[in-house]
Amino acid sequence: MADSTGEKQPIIRIRGLVNGFGSNIIHDHIDLDVRRGEVLGVVGGSGTGKSVLLRSIIGLIQPLDGTIEVFGNRTGDVEGRAMRKLEMRWGVLFQEGALFSAQTVAENIQVPLREYTSMSQALMNEIAAMKLTMVGLPADTANKFPSELSGGMKKRAGLARALALDPELLFLDEPTAGLDPISANQFDELIKRLQKALGLTVFLVTHDIDTLRAVTDRIAVLVNKKLVIGTIAELRKNDDPWIKDYFSGVRGRAALASMDPASMDKV
Amino acid sequence: MTSIEAVADEPDAWFKLDRGVLAVGGAWTIAESARLDRELNALNADGAQEKFKEIDASKITRLDSAGAWLLLRTRRAMGGQGALNVPAQYGPLLENLDQEQKAEPHRSRIPPGFRGRLYRIGRATMHAWGQTVSMLEYLGRVTIESGEAIASPRHNLRIAAIVHQVEETGINALPIVGLLSFLIGVVLAYQAVDQLKQFGAQNLTVNGLGIIVLREMGVLMTSIIVAGRSGSAFTAQLGTMRVNEEIDAMQTMGLNTVDTLVLPRIIGLVIALPLLTLYADIMGIVGGAIMCYFDLNMTIPVFMRQLQGAVSVNTLMVGLIKAPVFAFVIALVGCYEGFQVERNAASVGLLTTRSVVESVFLVIVLDAAFSIMFSVLGI
Repeated sequence: MADSTGEKQPIIRIRGLVNGFGSNIIHDHIDLDVRRGEVLGVVGGSGTGKSVLLRSIIGLIQPLDGTIEVFGNRTGDVEGRAMRKLEMRWGVLFQEGALFSAQTVAENIQVPLREYTSMSQALMNEIAAMKLTMVGLPADTANKFPSELSGGMKKRAGLARALALDPELLFLDEPTAGLDPISANQFDELIKRLQKALGLTVFLVTHDIDTLRAVTDRIAVLVNKKLVIGTIAELRKNDDPWIKDYFSGVRGRAALASMDPASMDKV
Repeated sequence: MTSIEAVADEPDAWFKLDRGVLAVGGAWTIAESARLDRELNALNADGAQEKFKEIDASKITRLDSAGAWLLLRTRRAMGGQGALNVPAQYGPLLENLDQEQKAEPHRSRIPPGFRGRLYRIGRATMHAWGQTVSMLEYLGRVTIESGEAIASPRHNLRIAAIVHQVEETGINALPIVGLLSFLIGVVLAYQAVDQLKQFGAQNLTVNGLGIIVLREMGVLMTSIIVAGRSGSAFTAQLGTMRVNEEIDAMQTMGLNTVDTLVLPRIIGLVIALPLLTLYADIMGIVGGAIMCYFDLNMTIPVFMRQLQGAVSVNTLMVGLIKAPVFAFVIALVGCYEGFQVERNAASVGLLTTRSVVESVFLVIVLDAAFSIMFSVLGI
């Protein structure tokens, strides 16, 4: 939460993580801390395992080696009830929103509420409507089916569902991929606004340099199966060829040129 | 079931009405919101909300969006902009949520009660009718395109694709069709022997077996297996192509989807299914023969002689003539449903199921129609 600034214990603590498929190692003993209340961006080229990192933290992939602690619990060890308890404290937005296609948007948002709380239907309807307003969707979206929504709206609805249980930690998997620049900008604004209002800790996988500039506090770059972590300013001084290319390429320069002093302060 | 209420370990949230001020405190979070909602509603029912003009939330220790919503809702129920003070760090949260919103009640599109039932029946009827019409349209289109393809086979007939389909739907189905037909032969012979023994007519087992397998069982079993195996595969393949926009891409390139996707499947299956049926007939007879050998001590030559007396080439042909028709129906339904797939994940599964059910249904209905026709013709 935003109020507990004194607390510096990391929310996610990764030590010596190894991920891979068969003989193909993707992450080679990486360490990472995500601090309470920060927005951490994870970038890397295609196939460097950004989504794999996210999936191994939320327990969808079993790592080959190393430990992952979320809220002080080792995700590899906890099962059943304890894992449910952990899962209630985080929300995940998958790339395409991953809305349940057979249910309306309101029903999608109410799935975790119905599963984990004893709320009345009236209150669940109010909460669903509130979450929709929160993510900037019109009220009539509630009764629509996911197939009736555009890509950007699906992501917003997915975000509303991820926020249904008021999690402390939010995982976003390429939230702006496939959106036009204007929608992407609006989505960045939304993430920033919600992060402030709800005091969220955000783990953000992206390759959108505008998103990185707009919302992240620190950035973790996946290069050569390792993580390089720092602020944008620090990473720009890094010598690694991929990082150099990424931040000093045409797109990178254009995005960073628009960095104003106000957002530099945040970095 | 784990509930978020059971795992919460925060101090209880509370509220208290005191001299026109509603004092609230504790952790107003989602874990407490179901209880708070009930209690606030009870307060409202008492008409107590008329009596206070201010909410003092300064003793709140934790607030999330669910709790904030309850506070805002309570303030709204007070009828206007009463004072609401919260600890400073939750200011942004309240500001964020306190936007004009109409909590549109969740409404089902189907009216309740008897009218709802009528609505459902009507909707299902219209759907079935629309389905029939569009299937007939599709049949017409495929017929016209097939005519064109056969008129100029060099351009429109894709031999490689057809051969591939024959392999996929025919040769690869040999093991399962063979095994199941063999077992059906065994089971039929076993049951027939049991009954006919009572009349001392156990030798007639062979007659019954031969006629049932050749006329009905062989082709029916094969068609049902192929509908489950290949009809569903057609729907899933074409459906996945639709989801991936591959079919749209083909159309923009000017490729005729009927020529490239549908005809090879239909022609391939029309070639493969009769051959499979013949194979199933043989396996069924073999199964029956083996059963007779063990159950009746009837040697294979005796079995063959008895069979020869019971069935003719006509018996076999009556079964085989149905196979291409069934194949056409299975392939047509499979492809048609594949093209009906919409761009969502549930659609492929739904239509694959529907394709199998429809093709099995049509195969059995057509089989009955054939039976009536043959009996009228005296075959």
